[in-house]
Amino acid sequence: MAIRINGTDVQAPSDPRVSLLDLLREELHLTGTKKGCNQGACGACTVLVDGERVVSCLALAVQYEGREITTVEGLSENGALHPLQEAFVEHDGFQCGYCTPGQICSAIGMAGEAKRGVPSHVTEDLSAETITLTHDELRERMSGNLCRCGAYNGIVAAITETFVEAGE
Amino acid sequence: MSIIEQAKQAAQGVAQTVVQKAVELAPESWLPGGKPDPLIHQKHGLIGKPVSRIDGPLKVQGKAPFAAEFPMDGLTYAAVAFSTLPKGRIASLDTSEAEAAPGVVLVMTYRNAPRMKAMPVFMSEAKAAGGDNLPVMQDDRIHWNGQPVALVLAETQEQADHAKTLIRLTYEAEPATTSFAEAKAQGTHPGLFMGSPMKQEIGDAEAALAAAPVKVDVTYTTPRHSHNPIEPHAATIVWQGDDLVVHDASQAVTHTAWSLGNIFGIEEAQVHVTSPYVGGGFGSKTLWQHQVLGAAAAKLAGRPVRIALSREGVYRMIGGRTLTEQRLAIGATKEGHFEAIIHTGTAPMTHHNAMPEPFILATKSAYAARNFKLDVEVTYLDMLANTFMRAPGESVGTFALESAVDEMAVALGMDPVELRAVNEPEKDPTDNKPFSSRNIVEAYRTGAERFGWSKRNPVPGSVRDGEWQVGMGVATSTYPYHRMPGGAAKLTLTRDGRMQVEIAAHEMGMGTATAQTQVTAERFGLELDQVSFAYGDSFLPGQVLAGGSQQTASIGASVVAAQHALVAELLKLAGNDSPLAGLRADEVGGMEGGLAKLDEPGRHETYASILSRAQRDEVSVVASAPPPLETMHWSMHSWGAMFCEVRVNSVTGEVRVSRFLGSFDCGRILNAKTAASQFRGGIIMGLGMALMEETQFDERSGRVMNPSLAEYHVPVHLDVPEIEVMWTDIADPHAPMGARGIGEIGITGVGAAVANAIYNATGKRIRDLPITLDKLM
Repeated sequence: MAIRINGTDVQAPSDPRVSLLDLLREELHLTGTKKGCNQGACGACTVLVDGERVVSCLALAVQYEGREITTVEGLSENGALHPLQEAFVEHDGFQCGYCTPGQICSAIGMAGEAKRGVPSHVTEDLSAETITLTHDELRERMSGNLCRCGAYNGIVAAITETFVEAGE
Repeated sequence: MSIIEQAKQAAQGVAQTVVQKAVELAPESWLPGGKPDPLIHQKHGLIGKPVSRIDGPLKVQGKAPFAAEFPMDGLTYAAVAFSTLPKGRIASLDTSEAEAAPGVVLVMTYRNAPRMKAMPVFMSEAKAAGGDNLPVMQDDRIHWNGQPVALVLAETQEQADHAKTLIRLTYEAEPATTSFAEAKAQGTHPGLFMGSPMKQEIGDAEAALAAAPVKVDVTYTTPRHSHNPIEPHAATIVWQGDDLVVHDASQAVTHTAWSLGNIFGIEEAQVHVTSPYVGGGFGSKTLWQHQVLGAAAAKLAGRPVRIALSREGVYRMIGGRTLTEQRLAIGATKEGHFEAIIHTGTAPMTHHNAMPEPFILATKSAYAARNFKLDVEVTYLDMLANTFMRAPGESVGTFALESAVDEMAVALGMDPVELRAVNEPEKDPTDNKPFSSRNIVEAYRTGAERFGWSKRNPVPGSVRDGEWQVGMGVATSTYPYHRMPGGAAKLTLTRDGRMQVEIAAHEMGMGTATAQTQVTAERFGLELDQVSFAYGDSFLPGQVLAGGSQQTASIGASVVAAQHALVAELLKLAGNDSPLAGLRADEVGGMEGGLAKLDEPGRHETYASILSRAQRDEVSVVASAPPPLETMHWSMHSWGAMFCEVRVNSVTGEVRVSRFLGSFDCGRILNAKTAASQFRGGIIMGLGMALMEETQFDERSGRVMNPSLAEYHVPVHLDVPEIEVMWTDIADPHAPMGARGIGEIGITGVGAAVANAIYNATGKRIRDLPITLDKLM
């Protein structure tokens, strides 16, 4: 069975030690997904697996056969930026740009979690059907994505504009 | 001899004192910055506009290539093994199992590494870029815990990482100095910065302190810090015959090329270093042993090498900020006038680097006082070489100075903003030079108003919100204006009216390419999309270091020089049939796609017209900026006022920064959007320094104990409130574009602003960073 990456089927690597991250970066040359720590601590390698966010450095590629992976390269369509990508540029949600693909993929996954009512550490009503991304909810849920340049205000503004104000 | 010529000689070590004096006394018009950059007067164009990053679309799509992402045929992957003791020698070494492991191409140790010179250590020569000057895998000696002792190359990273675990090493330990207290007991030494001791005495500060009616005399301590850019250090390296190509993550491409040439015994021109995108640097992305080891292994194996350090590898091989212990004493009159300022202390370094943490720098220009005693002493430890990290000196120095000013305000019963205004100097208090531009009082006034400072209750521990204690604090931030010499820029104007700027500068996220594109377009009367800015390549002209918050000024001065040359060339080409005929270069400027007489814009001809008539497709010039004499004539610094509100949990001691405002006076702001990000980014790193950051160092073994982002805590989304930033936008008449640096000032003053707010909230004065909750329980 193949791994489906941005709509294309890819064979699982023969070496079972290869992480999903290294498969993307070194074998497929999809270097948009970044390696920041290789320990699941920084979030730079976040990708979407069947729509849910996963740190690809802690994922062994062979476990993802039959799954659908979306990386940052799969977000723009026909060269047009995803609305969240546009918003990151507009709100200066990055400086060096290294954590950016992970922040963007993570935010998309996070918006889905909130919509599905998955609670976080700061959620007050654990039984709510959907969760509004307040400033605290959003920041708590994005806290696994580090940005050392300190573009957090811009990232929050971009996510808020895209997923809260746009009413998604 | 002209003053510029004299300065060039001074830079080479001739008659420096004489030149210093001559520059101080010289008429302003003779000096760089003597005549304000004409751009300062253009207030309605692109300067200051919040233009989005020109590389933004690439970065949000993950299409900007970083150092470890350059594809190459036949690439091998490196893994590095590190020593596990701080000092001694390798007693036995068995690499046979590793060599036999699947996919292994090479195991390199001191036994088979090619002969190389040590790295030229930073600041030892103009283009020296090395973090230390130790032999790189040349012998069996161990100098720090974490030193590279072997490197494995394999076909894949997984194979290299596995083979590395099969290397068998034993060591013979030797006594090492790894404890700060023990090192101090062995004696301290004057810290030498650029060759001069960091010591200054004016008057008799100890006597003035003793006699002062109000005094503060305390010790502050700050721990080691790591830069932690999210992109770990990496390089993709290939030899093409005797020429070396390094795709690096670098804030010093030209310096790195020169240094690598030196190490491998080849010409600088044989080393090509590129670094189009850098995933954060903060002072760490210079030359360290990994690029040298990668190039050596590539040579030995005859294959290209990718050396991408693990996060642990970054902690083992790339130095950070060292710890400091600082005495800060202020003696004041009852009205609050400072009589004496004493700022002395000790910071450990190593015998193989040149970086005594210069924590007194901010104190030299901050406040009026008649008596000063400033001194940075160093001790030597057997550890990884420490290095520059964002605002070296000022970041930790302002924690001590600005906390002590707050303590003085408490002792006097004065408002801390008022106390600072009372001690505002008219000229630089320690070198007597006039300030080029200093509007810190204005920054405080506007900042205080916006922040609501007047609502602060000055009685500590008096504001509560449930179990949270709330307080406000303030501190001054400051960072000097620098402009390093030697930057040349190339300008190429083509007949279709497009301009290309080429200079070996860097983009680590500061917004360099965007701001410089704006500035160039404005200078030449072009649209943004008619200008391209090429950087990040050692084969380009110039040698601009992305450090010291000086890149913008340095590039700016080079472009000004090139502009003069280009305009002169264009006037020659324009000839007698042009409306510009007979004009001198300093009479014309760029306007509406061409040149025009500055005070008679009707005399205008487009670039396209000039080049067509001259039958030229393009015209190209290279010119260098004059030496940075302006800093010898004026005291030039960026300033800021940092306002902080904290909430401290009275049960757990947890600190939450609820509001923060930075009010800056940094000259003209070139791009409101990217500048705001720079300020905020610095402030956030300052919040980390204040509350959580510490590189934990085992004083028994000399080993870094938290070499990961799970254990070294940096601020995350939830730690960071909305940070307000504002600026005076008062142009500095003596700086190119009127702009002083903004990259580092943001981190300065933050530690003190937070500590002062915590004092206001709780009545607890914490003088030891980071302010973790155990210190508030």
